[in-house]
Amino acid sequence: MPEDLNWAVGGEAGDGIDSTGKIFAQALSRAGRHVFTSKDFASRIRGGYTAYKIRTSVDELNSVVDRLDILVALTQRTIDENLDELHEDSVVIYDGERSWDAEVPDEQIPLDVPLKSLAEDAGGAIMQNVVALGAACEVAGFPIEHLDSALEKRFGEKGQKLVDNNQEAARKGRDYVQENYDHDFGYSLETTDNDYVLLNGDEAIGMGALVGGCRFYAGYPITPATNVMEYLTGRIDEYGGTVVQAEDELSAINMALGAARSGARAMTATSGPGIDLMTETFGLIATTETPLVIADVMRSGPSTGMPTKQEQGDLNMTLYGGHGEIPRFVLAPTTIAECFHKTIEAFNLAEKYQTPVYVVSDLAMAVTEQTFSPEEFDMDEVEIDRGKVVDEDNIDQYLDEQDRFQPHYDAGDGISPRAFPGTVEGAHMTTGLEHDELGRRTEDTDERVRQVDKRNRKVETAQNEEDWSPREFGNEDAENLVLTWGSNEGAIREAMQKLDIDVRFISVPYMFPRPDLTEAVESAETTVVVECNATGQFADVVERDTLTRVERINKYNGIRFNADELVDRITETFAAESEAKV
Amino acid sequence: MSSQAHFTDFKSDKQPTWCPGCGDFGTMNGMMKALANTGNSPDDTFICAGIGCSGKIGTYMHSYALHGVHGRALPVGTGVKLANPDLEVMVAGGDGDGYSIGAGHFIHAVRRNVDMTYVVMDNRIYGLTKGQFSPTSREDFETSTSPEGTKQSPVHPLALAMAAGGSFIAQSFSSDAQRHTEIIEQAIEHDGFSLVNTYSPCVTFNDVDTYDFFRDSLVDLDEEDHDPTDYDQARQRIMDFDNIYQGVLYQDDDSVGYEKRLGIEGPMNEIPDGAPEDAMDLVREFY
Ligand SMILES: Cc1ncc(C[n+]2csc(CCOP(=O)(O)OP(=O)(O)O)c2C)c(N)n1
Ligand code: SF4
Repeated sequence: MPEDLNWAVGGEAGDGIDSTGKIFAQALSRAGRHVFTSKDFASRIRGGYTAYKIRTSVDELNSVVDRLDILVALTQRTIDENLDELHEDSVVIYDGERSWDAEVPDEQIPLDVPLKSLAEDAGGAIMQNVVALGAACEVAGFPIEHLDSALEKRFGEKGQKLVDNNQEAARKGRDYVQENYDHDFGYSLETTDNDYVLLNGDEAIGMGALVGGCRFYAGYPITPATNVMEYLTGRIDEYGGTVVQAEDELSAINMALGAARSGARAMTATSGPGIDLMTETFGLIATTETPLVIADVMRSGPSTGMPTKQEQGDLNMTLYGGHGEIPRFVLAPTTIAECFHKTIEAFNLAEKYQTPVYVVSDLAMAVTEQTFSPEEFDMDEVEIDRGKVVDEDNIDQYLDEQDRFQPHYDAGDGISPRAFPGTVEGAHMTTGLEHDELGRRTEDTDERVRQVDKRNRKVETAQNEEDWSPREFGNEDAENLVLTWGSNEGAIREAMQKLDIDVRFISVPYMFPRPDLTEAVESAETTVVVECNATGQFADVVERDTLTRVERINKYNGIRFNADELVDRITETFAAESEAKV
Repeated sequence: MSSQAHFTDFKSDKQPTWCPGCGDFGTMNGMMKALANTGNSPDDTFICAGIGCSGKIGTYMHSYALHGVHGRALPVGTGVKLANPDLEVMVAGGDGDGYSIGAGHFIHAVRRNVDMTYVVMDNRIYGLTKGQFSPTSREDFETSTSPEGTKQSPVHPLALAMAAGGSFIAQSFSSDAQRHTEIIEQAIEHDGFSLVNTYSPCVTFNDVDTYDFFRDSLVDLDEEDHDPTDYDQARQRIMDFDNIYQGVLYQDDDSVGYEKRLGIEGPMNEIPDGAPEDAMDLVREFY
């Protein structure tokens, strides 16, 4: 892996940290560099430390590291919070004229730039962050024209004057560093002609929904899922759809259910606490055989937990949540690009099998912006499969001898025909009560067993007809096997490049149905399951599926894994295991 | 099926399991007649129901229908109508379903003003769970869970609807078949959310709020020279908790359904076989 540069801007929430970081990330991406971002933020709007971190390289990036090369610190706390990540060549850009007495530790290179007064010279103190970006360009050896282009994108709609002022502010920052420091910082960020796009996991889910034909979205704001709703708002209307901000999650999922029964591709997205509320209706969706996509963008729980922190704690909830027994599909994208692809797949599965489908993502993915080449989103490959929809021409074969439409007709594969309301002769009733093929309530013991089996058979059919393969990396014959799910894939892939031992790595994007891992686990000397939770929910599942004990690497302090710590923990785990076996 | 549907077309072949004499029979007959009289057919009607004796109504009628979980029928109806504004959407349930567990949704459905008709079978008791007090029960009403009265004042659905900005607020009595049907017809024809609180006596568990009680106490607005478009007059009658009225108490003539205000033009059930043609533009936004 060639040189990567790690940059961050930090300050108080409300200081515009997010947009400053985003502008720089966009500048880098527009310069053909790969970008991988992360955020430190607290659950409050004003006050409280917040930071936007960017890792950039000309090579593909999939994870974060614990190292900061350039830090723009708008507060002392920004320096204090990041001390561990600073090294002897780290450059700290700060404003010595501001009221705080900046204490940049001796080991680092302090760069005192009068951000505020330079911004005032350019037209307004509000642009102090952009002055800092200009200074950062100089330090990083990054041509300021790329920053111009990002500023243009950011402010263009608000008028040329604003763009000019900001570009001028950036230049003031750059010039100040040029004129006052003749230090050679040693960076020279290469640019390329590559075209990249920069997006986060929530946006990828939203885009997947639009491309996948979603027309109705109902939701209730919750971190870190809100961005899905914000993305769709305004955009979905262009395709004849709508977004409803419901009064709560109970309402959101029931609205989505109603829309799905009207024949729209419908979805909702939320995070753990919202999933709790939606669980009441989850069983109804499965019993009425309604296609619905529910995205759970996990955050740290239980209860309100740590709303702005990472965790993969909802796996059991999505696999088993709800009273009674509920057939369902659970997809867990392992990268931001997969958030897009899996959302489209979720809609197809939901409609083909008429079941609720969870798309499980997490905070680390939701707030991370990453560069992709646009071809990653190959629109020609997108196929929409609406399953068994009946119309006037073929409805006859699904009518009973009294010409009544049978919404729960058992065709053997467990999948019934669907008649959208408005279809002549299709009028029918569906209910959360156990029912017969006509949808009418029943407590008949044989019919009950038949309908339960019919609904469960859909899962069997899907298991046979769909591809549930995991993603494989590393050496297939290695005796050390690493398993994971969700957003940890990138960090593990990077760790593999630095590991001294040979590993086989399987990243699982399907939680239910899921690939059969028995052979892989049995043929490995030692298996370790990596996940961001305390109890090892996926590890439990793997043990149960394969009837083999596995090792666990868990993290639940609210922060995602990074590659370096995984190198250590994976090495230790396998070493301890091989010692124990001697 | 065309607009000549007869009201019996809205009847399913399932026999109601309601107690003989239950007020819900009359409520349902009026709904079926009103649907037929306003030119609807089972194939373009959607009925959402909640849980309770009242909620079973969708089971006994014939149309597209969903019988959901307790208290959540209004959000389902909202989704159905927004995703296909061509459908005639009716939502039905009991006072417990609508004003207790579903009270939050009720207020928001009223103010959202989606074009649908909400019929609440108000029997002032929980029927299906066998006789506990409901949110509309009187304060001194003795039941298995209120042996000395409820000690809470009842909910006033019409007042709640008015406070939430309701655009059509009406009340009917299930055994006054003609008036009940007329009122539901007006509700169907109203553009926006229509509340019809229908007194629908429970003959098994409520021996206070009986047919006789409603017959004796209901004041018909037709005989009161009431102008439902006069907001102040409507408000006075709705806030007059000493009397109960039958008829349309309030109607906003200028009401426009939420789906129209959102600009939804037709059913959302048609989508392309693959990605939309301009899909790459969505990606390009992220440059
Ligand atoms: C979540 C949930 N809680 C409780 C119940 C039990 N329950 C069924 S019907 C009902 C009350 C129904 O009262 P109402 O809406 O007034 O209808 P009625 O039976 O009087 O027509 C209750 C509490 C349930 N089905 N679901
Ligand atoms: S219990 Fe009451 S509400 Fe229920 S069916 Fe019997 S009479 Fe009607």
